[in-house]
Amino acid sequence: MRPFSYQRATDPGMAVQALSAAAAANNPLTQANAQPLAGGTTLIDLMKLDVMRPAAIVDINPLARGWSAIDPGADNLRLGALAKMSDVAAHDQIQRSYPVIANSLKLAASAQLRNMATLGGNVMQRTRCSYFRDVSYENCNKRNPGSGCAAMDGVNRMHAVLGTSDQCIATYPGDFAQALIALDATVEITGRSGTRGMPFAELHKAPGNTPEIETALQPGELISAFVIPGRWPRSVYLKARDRQSYEFALSSAAVALDVQDGTIRDARVALGGVATVPWRAREAEALLRGQRFDDGLAQRVADTAFADAKGRQYNSFKIALGKRVVARALQQAATMEI
Amino acid sequence: MSNASGSPPSGFHRRAFIAGAAGSALVPMTARAATQDASAPAPQDPALPIDVTLRVNGQDKRLSLDARTTVLDALREHLKLTGSKKGCDHGQCGACTVLIGDRRVVSCLTLALAAEGQEITTIEGLATNDRLHPMQQAFVDNDAFQCGYCTPGQIMSAIACVKEGHAGTDADIREYMSGNICRCAAYPNIVAAVKQAAPEIMKG
Repeated sequence: MRPFSYQRATDPGMAVQALSAAAAANNPLTQANAQPLAGGTTLIDLMKLDVMRPAAIVDINPLARGWSAIDPGADNLRLGALAKMSDVAAHDQIQRSYPVIANSLKLAASAQLRNMATLGGNVMQRTRCSYFRDVSYENCNKRNPGSGCAAMDGVNRMHAVLGTSDQCIATYPGDFAQALIALDATVEITGRSGTRGMPFAELHKAPGNTPEIETALQPGELISAFVIPGRWPRSVYLKARDRQSYEFALSSAAVALDVQDGTIRDARVALGGVATVPWRAREAEALLRGQRFDDGLAQRVADTAFADAKGRQYNSFKIALGKRVVARALQQAATMEI
Repeated sequence: MSNASGSPPSGFHRRAFIAGAAGSALVPMTARAATQDASAPAPQDPALPIDVTLRVNGQDKRLSLDARTTVLDALREHLKLTGSKKGCDHGQCGACTVLIGDRRVVSCLTLALAAEGQEITTIEGLATNDRLHPMQQAFVDNDAFQCGYCTPGQIMSAIACVKEGHAGTDADIREYMSGNICRCAAYPNIVAAVKQAAPEIMKG
């Protein structure tokens, strides 16, 4: 690991100032000189791999005093960005009113990592693309913009089939983000000019021609909270993976339904493990609204969700798998007892 | 619902107070060699060691560390507490699991500086006098290891697993112990050990 200076920020203003001061104007956030340290489960790992090379670490854990509340209100749910994954996953009201959130967190990582990792850090985690994580591969447009993509014709079994570009096919690895994008969450961002809200769906950027730019956050900005409108007791997070536990998704689906008298009033479908960013399947979910649920409808939704998918040599199986995951998640949501 | 993670340990408050008194809420860590320099508030020189006090198994340990030092390396290389094992060093295998406060964490991804002021419990801190902790005894009784390399991490993780209330069924134990890899595949015996120790640990 390269040397860095370590600073502890004890209030948000000073954290923002320290992160801004060290930032070179033309660096994307992923390559900013100063990086915030929360749980450290991505940052310290990638620093050991020499993938991230910050000259300054700003420890924001002391901000947890104000930024870690779990606050289920009558009309919405507010989650502090420094709340730990394990605390949110174990919260009674979240398990009851937002099972898609509780299960997306419970099915991620290990108990140890969930005790360390925060919600804000979780949505900012970097891809698990093996060519990105191994600096002995020179060709990675995320690490070395313009260098090419070793995954394109490499062993790309784990890579994305949706939201890809000819520059990058790295999968967004997280689970929680699919629940957030499905439920129309807002992300609260604290920066130099105060706090602003942004639709969570606008936070992550598809790779396009700039895979090194992963989010809309600028150096000096921090996620301080997430706000989820409404309540979604009829919701499911289904995750298919190579092992039963402690593994990233090959394909996952976050599904939420509002069913009244047998008719679907509102429906949300988001996909994980198959796309470069948290992925909302808007056209597919629209097929459900106003309908009565049956297995044929679930299949049409699944087909529509993957209509634009592009497989490569080793990952085309994700299209068939992903459709089955969507259909099964819809069946589970439609039939769950609430 | 515990919100313990939201309450920074006393060390942070003390430093915050000192920083507040100095008119800044950002706390540059004081490099040992720089303490004589009165014009201090720049970030510390990464090349200089930093004084830090870690509380390990109930004792305060004063150390002078490179900022890059993880809790695992502080334990093994500086405090000679070699029970916690370095397997992958990337948070994937669980061999380095320790308790910080009442939470199990991987010490290989935890910076020592960020753990200052918090109670760290390692495998060396479990036994009292000559009496093994119930989870240690259960691992012996159930032959819950072969080579033993993962065992300290398994035992620390298992204690937390029980206290979290995640040891009710075999399926729960397997799910909530999945962050501890055993290359000898002693898993069935590990599950049996956790089940044996759970009632005694819950009794206190």
